[in-house]
Amino acid sequence: MRRWLIAGIVLLLKRMRRRPDRKRERIFAEAPPSPVGELVVLLLLLCGTACAVGFIVVYGLDRLGSQTQLLGLALGLSFAFFAAAATVFAYRLVPTAEEQEPYPEPDEHPDDEREVVQIAEESGDRITRSRLLKLGVAGAGTALGAALVVPTLSCGPFLDVDPLRRTPWRRGVRLVDSLGRVLRADDIEEDTFYTAFPHGAPHEQIGAPLVLVRLDPSELKLPDGRKGWAPEGILAYSKICTHAGCAVALYRTPLFEPTSDKPALVCPCHYSTFDPAAGGRVLFGPAGRPLPQLPLEIGGGGTLAAAGGFSDAIGPSWWGVRRT
Amino acid sequence: MVGGATHVTRRLVRFLDERSGSAPLVRRALRYVFPDHWSFLLGEIALYSFVVLVGTGIFVTLFFEPSLKDTVYRGDYEPLRGLKMSEAYRSVVEMSFTVKAGLLMRQTHHWAADVFVVAIVLHVSRVLFTGAFRKPRDLVFYVGVVMVMIALLEGFLGYSLVDDLLSGMGLAIAYSVAMSIPFFGANLALLVWGAPFPGEPAFESRMYIFHVLIFPLALALLIGLHLLLLATRHHTQFPGPGRSERAAVGLPAVPSYAPRSIGLAFAVAAVLFLLGGLVQINPIWQWGPYELAQGTNGAQPDWYLGWLIGGLRLMPGFDITVGDYTLVPNAFWGGAAFPLVVFLILFLWPTIERRVTGDRGFHHLLDRPRDRPWRTATVSAFISWVAVVFLAGSADRIYVLFSIPYETLIWIFRVLVLLLPVIVFFLVKRLCVELQVSETYELRRKALEEGAPAVPAGLDR
Repeated sequence: MRRWLIAGIVLLLKRMRRRPDRKRERIFAEAPPSPVGELVVLLLLLCGTACAVGFIVVYGLDRLGSQTQLLGLALGLSFAFFAAAATVFAYRLVPTAEEQEPYPEPDEHPDDEREVVQIAEESGDRITRSRLLKLGVAGAGTALGAALVVPTLSCGPFLDVDPLRRTPWRRGVRLVDSLGRVLRADDIEEDTFYTAFPHGAPHEQIGAPLVLVRLDPSELKLPDGRKGWAPEGILAYSKICTHAGCAVALYRTPLFEPTSDKPALVCPCHYSTFDPAAGGRVLFGPAGRPLPQLPLEIGGGGTLAAAGGFSDAIGPSWWGVRRT
Repeated sequence: MVGGATHVTRRLVRFLDERSGSAPLVRRALRYVFPDHWSFLLGEIALYSFVVLVGTGIFVTLFFEPSLKDTVYRGDYEPLRGLKMSEAYRSVVEMSFTVKAGLLMRQTHHWAADVFVVAIVLHVSRVLFTGAFRKPRDLVFYVGVVMVMIALLEGFLGYSLVDDLLSGMGLAIAYSVAMSIPFFGANLALLVWGAPFPGEPAFESRMYIFHVLIFPLALALLIGLHLLLLATRHHTQFPGPGRSERAAVGLPAVPSYAPRSIGLAFAVAAVLFLLGGLVQINPIWQWGPYELAQGTNGAQPDWYLGWLIGGLRLMPGFDITVGDYTLVPNAFWGGAAFPLVVFLILFLWPTIERRVTGDRGFHHLLDRPRDRPWRTATVSAFISWVAVVFLAGSADRIYVLFSIPYETLIWIFRVLVLLLPVIVFFLVKRLCVELQVSETYELRRKALEEGAPAVPAGLDR
């Protein structure tokens, strides 16, 4: 009996000694459990899991159509359920009391700041010709920096801008369509436009593509010195807009209304509008230069060929490009 | 069970602390207080969109071939069969049609990029309107603006890599804008592209390395810096009970705020994957491969570049010339000068405001927009200025929708771009003052009814 009593007291004392450890002050205020919340979270997790499994199943089953839609739906819904679960968890199952935390003071570390400045000052104490030394360091740094940057010039021609002026068009180069078939004057009809390329030269260079239109020769008002550039009223211009390099792929032409505007070549990017009857003059839009014109001639069998080079530099403008 | 888990936690914390001394830092991080307001979530949405971008981006990289080598399409998609195209374009078509979940990941990647920039733009607007950019968070703001610029370039490179018709048209414009820079534009463009447009094949590799490594890495590092700087100075908060310049009031990161933020992360992922699966975006097989001589009408870039297209379209057609030579080609104004001015204004704004108000103090409390009529009006005017130019970028779509002639529209926009910011400035300023007055009126009425002249401090300014 006495033994039991002693044993009981010892046990009780032990428990009492452990108690302060258990009863330590809480960080977050105690709150009642929320069985409903836990159930909802569990259900949402279950739904999300089902959708994730659904994603794997859809991925595995090739014979299901609309894979992209089903996969997106499964994965999206899975994330949506998990988002809902996390939200319910955040509002129901964890402490939601607001806390305070002090902002840093404006003058947080005055002593450290002072010491850093002092270190910086004393580091340079022994130097007598500091300005000269700084100059030397700056010069060395600049030179080394330049040496390390210069290899990027291997990426392309830097000082030589002549490639910008090169085009495959010379006198006698015949015009072909995108499939390489020779274009004849008879092929070119009014009220529509054609894309032409130089025969025997790659199409994918900025100086290659032309836009061709046919106008009534009596309506042409080409600039001086371009007499005979448009045989039978067929006009050729560079297809690349002088504003931002897009293909001039629209032809505004009055098909039905006699009152509508005169024919114009229009770039679909920023709607620079050029007058094909007047040597590619800008009618509207941001282009600062006319569309370069290519003189044409009609050779044997009615084939179309260039009668020379472009009137202006082709492609988007750059500093130093010549104006005419 | 619970005792066991506690034991494991205790051992883990001890293990880490003994080897890194991290316990004090972890304790502070866990109890870091997040003040709550819906507008604070915009930055988080951008962050989680970035995570989705990286994840889906890694997936699409596994199937993308960054090469402009010519090839002929022989895949499943009938309309393109037999067509000559680049390896890059072919690989994206294949990824869309034959790789399982390929189209889902590609479309989610594209949607995530669009949502990323939306969230960033709204986040920056929030910061501007509430004065969150003031000392001691001006550095956080500058880092943020740098990230906006990188995000725009990163997005542009993303859709340029594909080498479909829209990619090519966008690149032609980028090339022309580079060419238009006075004194060295042509040299710069030739250096970057390697040859006159469309450039040499290596150009694709150059875009690729920037899109998949350099820019994402820069963004990740800057996001880290952005958050680190913010955490050391702490989040801002709106004034309220207990919320002062001295202390932030909000939910501790663990256990209260973290699950909310995780919930938001999942919600962002949910929206992006639902969009990616159910809403088609950039169906490149409809545009076709890029060919220099082709263009398409009604071409619109991703929304976040619309303001540059607008700038290019609005500019009246002239080049600045010296004698017979061009000095400043037209594309410079809309494509280079305009965005430079916009970013310059953003960078200078904290300084401008400091100069104008003479306020050099610390600010942890945010302003309600109405309480700072001058700032709210100026920021609104600035945003409306960019917004008009942005709308002008789709003037051709407005023409199709409403049958107003395109040239008339451009003239309307040219007038609006000068006039609207002024109108918005005075309108918004008036609105702020009216809101303030109506508020104090309510309070005064109540005070009179209760018989006590109680106008809270700060509202009678």
